[in-house]
Amino acid sequence: MDIQLKRGLLDICVLAAIKDEDSYGYKIIKDMKPYIELSESTLYTILKRLESANMLTVRTAEHGGRLRKYYRITKDGVKRIEEFKEDWKEIVSIYRFVTKEDGDEKK
Amino acid sequence: MKKSEFLERLRKGLSGLPREDIDERVNFYSEMIDDRMEEGISEEEAVAEVGDVDAIISQIVTDTPIVKLAKERIKPKRKLETWEITLLIIGSPIWLSVLIAAFSVVISLYASVWAVIISLWAVFAAAVGTSLCGILLCVKQFEVDGNTLGGIAMIGASLICVGLSIFIFFGCEAATRGLVILTKKFFIGIKRIFIKEEM
Repeated sequence: MDIQLKRGLLDICVLAAIKDEDSYGYKIIKDMKPYIELSESTLYTILKRLESANMLTVRTAEHGGRLRKYYRITKDGVKRIEEFKEDWKEIVSIYRFVTKEDGDEKK
Repeated sequence: MKKSEFLERLRKGLSGLPREDIDERVNFYSEMIDDRMEEGISEEEAVAEVGDVDAIISQIVTDTPIVKLAKERIKPKRKLETWEITLLIIGSPIWLSVLIAAFSVVISLYASVWAVIISLWAVFAAAVGTSLCGILLCVKQFEVDGNTLGGIAMIGASLICVGLSIFIFFGCEAATRGLVILTKKFFIGIKRIFIKEEM
């Protein structure tokens, strides 16, 4: 996939991964794996960006005798996902326009 | 590689960054490895899955703004004494102007390299222009002046210019591309200086 396109989608995917319940780094990567590949370094950068944009909050909790960071989505984060869904409708109509051109050429 | 070795190398490689940033990164990767091991993956495998430590360091350094690295580098390890601050202020006409001069030299060197690139493109534009004019002129020689020999000479000259401009285009394109890549490498090189000297 195009790098620019992927970069935009990754933020939304991470938000979606923590939407229903709080999650932690490794779980986010595992949950996303079937859909989109994501490296640890990239995830770190995305989490930082989303945190400073107030789209998620971080808390540290104990787990099995060590500390683990949990990420929780905020109202702004949920709003961002909704905005993405709206944007997507536009993208779908653009996609139809693009593929229609293809169909004409084949005739 | 063992987890402890991975984290140690990561910490060393990032030593030009602010303390809190390093701790946060190291804790993040430590958690990632622990979570994998909890699933029954062996320590060695878990570390390998997280990725190559040198590549990770490189990416972090590239992503960190140069200003942040420079700030961390010049941040004094202890508080400055009153006399040191006084000395800094009194000496500012000297060190500040030297600093500005050094900065200007770097900027002007960079600008002159780009000037060379621009002049290369100008040569290209000139070659294209000459070949177009040559074609127009040879039409004039044939149609208006009836000078066949002159017209043939003009066609020859234009064709040479067309050939030249194609050659020059590839040269210019390669030079521009090269300079962009060099600029990127230069900035990464500067960042590395900030980090390496701390090690």
